[in-house]
Amino acid sequence: MLVPFFYKLREGGVPVSITEFLSLLQALQARVASASAEDFYYLSRACLVKDERHFDRFDRAFAAHFKGAEDLFEAMMKSIPEEWLKRMGERTLSEEEKAQIQALGGWDKLIETLKQRLAEQKERHQGGNKWIGTGGTSPFGAYGYNPEGIRIGQDESRNRSAVKVWDQREFKNLDDTVEIGTRNIKVALRKLRKFAREGAAELLDLDNTIDATARNAGLLDLKFVPERHNAIKVLLFLDVGGSMDYHVRVCEELFSAARSEFKHLEYFYFHNFVYEHVWKDNRRRHAEKIPTMEVMRTYGHDYKLIVVGDATMSPYEIVQPGGSIEHWNEEAGTVWMQRLAKTWPHHVWLNPEPEQRWDYTPSVQITRELIENRMFPLTLGGLEQAIKALH
Amino acid sequence: MSSRFAGTDNYVATEDLMMAVNAAVVLGRPLLVKGEPGTGKTQLAEEVARSLDRPLYRWHIKSTTKAQQGLYEYDAVSRLRDSQLGEAKVHDIGNYIVKGRLWEAFESDVQPVLLVDEIDKADIEFPNDLLHELDRMEFYVYETRQWIKARHRPIIIITSNNEKELPDAFLRRCFFHYIRFPDATTMERIVGVHYPTLKKELLSEALTAFFKVREMPGLKKKPSTSELLDWIKLLVAEDIPPEALRNDDPKKSIPPLYGALLKNEQDVHLFEQLVFLNRRGR
Repeated sequence: MLVPFFYKLREGGVPVSITEFLSLLQALQARVASASAEDFYYLSRACLVKDERHFDRFDRAFAAHFKGAEDLFEAMMKSIPEEWLKRMGERTLSEEEKAQIQALGGWDKLIETLKQRLAEQKERHQGGNKWIGTGGTSPFGAYGYNPEGIRIGQDESRNRSAVKVWDQREFKNLDDTVEIGTRNIKVALRKLRKFAREGAAELLDLDNTIDATARNAGLLDLKFVPERHNAIKVLLFLDVGGSMDYHVRVCEELFSAARSEFKHLEYFYFHNFVYEHVWKDNRRRHAEKIPTMEVMRTYGHDYKLIVVGDATMSPYEIVQPGGSIEHWNEEAGTVWMQRLAKTWPHHVWLNPEPEQRWDYTPSVQITRELIENRMFPLTLGGLEQAIKALH
Repeated sequence: MSSRFAGTDNYVATEDLMMAVNAAVVLGRPLLVKGEPGTGKTQLAEEVARSLDRPLYRWHIKSTTKAQQGLYEYDAVSRLRDSQLGEAKVHDIGNYIVKGRLWEAFESDVQPVLLVDEIDKADIEFPNDLLHELDRMEFYVYETRQWIKARHRPIIIITSNNEKELPDAFLRRCFFHYIRFPDATTMERIVGVHYPTLKKELLSEALTAFFKVREMPGLKKKPSTSELLDWIKLLVAEDIPPEALRNDDPKKSIPPLYGALLKNEQDVHLFEQLVFLNRRGR
């Protein structure tokens, strides 16, 4: 009976393996769960899903497979006790709302409509917006029957229905397929970290040498290790403002997630192009500027420079002194970019704009020339190339 | 000795959490627990041990922890020193094997609870190095050529803060539970368990203020259950009246002692700004 369920889960994008499925069967045999559907739901979720991001997919597959149970539930819903609804309403509604209900024809009428609505909704609820009115449009929404706040069909006592739990789809926000690429980028970043461990110079490992010498009955046995794990140093320049805001948030989150990997990670913001100032706190950007020169002096040549920006602007902003849209810059952006490239020979530019569009934007082309074609798209492939270029 | 976990007098467990714990206990598989920081992941192991009356072994993972350290370590340096001093015990290598937490748990007379705390802090390969040990509950000591087998499969509870992805092969061997942030009713129960004498009025005002702060967009670190508990402790200690928490008073719309809730300077700043705007808008 459960084999189709297993395949349904796989179809629905939940990565379940046979081992996990077998352990669910084993748990069922060991009578971990009682006969109730809700227990079965919790048990199968604990066995089969290993990542909260997949909870929502699991819920959907579960609901689709165990539809029979749902029908049963709906039969029950048709006979909602009026008393109970009334109690629910009285607890939630304010005085003026109650007055409004009276104006609409009173409780009886309202409940009548509610029942109708429920009957109608049998067909529509599949889409996920279950229950009554999701906002201002339905009279129930307006009068405070918030589908998330009040659980129709679930009294406070044990009168709890199993279907509810997975139909709530509380883990919708954790599914990551909405945000394209976040995980991919993480994978690519891991490559950068791997490099940090493999490619570095060798050091004398004192502890290991003592240990090995001891094992060797006192004869000296030298041991070497690659340089410290987090030897890689990253300097991140992020373009902020305008079209970049969305991308920057993603990048920032990712890089701060990868923070434990990079012990030396410094980031600075700029707008459109790098000139004589950058800043660390975007909210106080006008008050707390840091001279780019100072950054160049502080962080040595061994830092890897990663610039993230769409490089989409008027060409004047790059090539002309005074071309910046925000202030008067004494020296042109090209000069500054060349300085950066010279200070940090390992540098790349990551562009969140799709690669096909680069050729149509003159400023992107100018920037690419400036950094000798080390511009890569902010995709999995692009990041991989970028990391290769950073070596 | 009971064998079912159903929460304790100072730990409120939801039904799905109980199910996950009991499944892990019955089948002897590790239970991986994830969730927002401060939702009681580490405490879970302590409470499971307490309620089932089992000994608890804690293994806290750091970024430098190696899987081998959980099994055993060979103290070669002290053996070298002993050999220089001509001590007799140097001939038995077993004298220099230092047991790790896993070994200790394997040797326990009753089924123990083993907490592997914050597994995501360790190196990316760490979970892979423990696959066989967690699966078969046995390992081999090369130095003394002996197999160490668990007398009773320990109840293993592993916590993770999601700083690193865990390998699939490892996940497949575990049960998984994600501790969701508690809703208002559960939260009331949790607070009630910790501060049973708290005035009802203060509690409901504090909870309203707390959830309001949590819902504020753009916070870097949302306050969690443990922060709420700290905050309430402060409120009680300072004897703040419930009226002071009511947000509709425009002059005092910042909840008192909010430093206990917001741990990040930027968040505090954002919070003050929003409150300020709010006040002007009135």
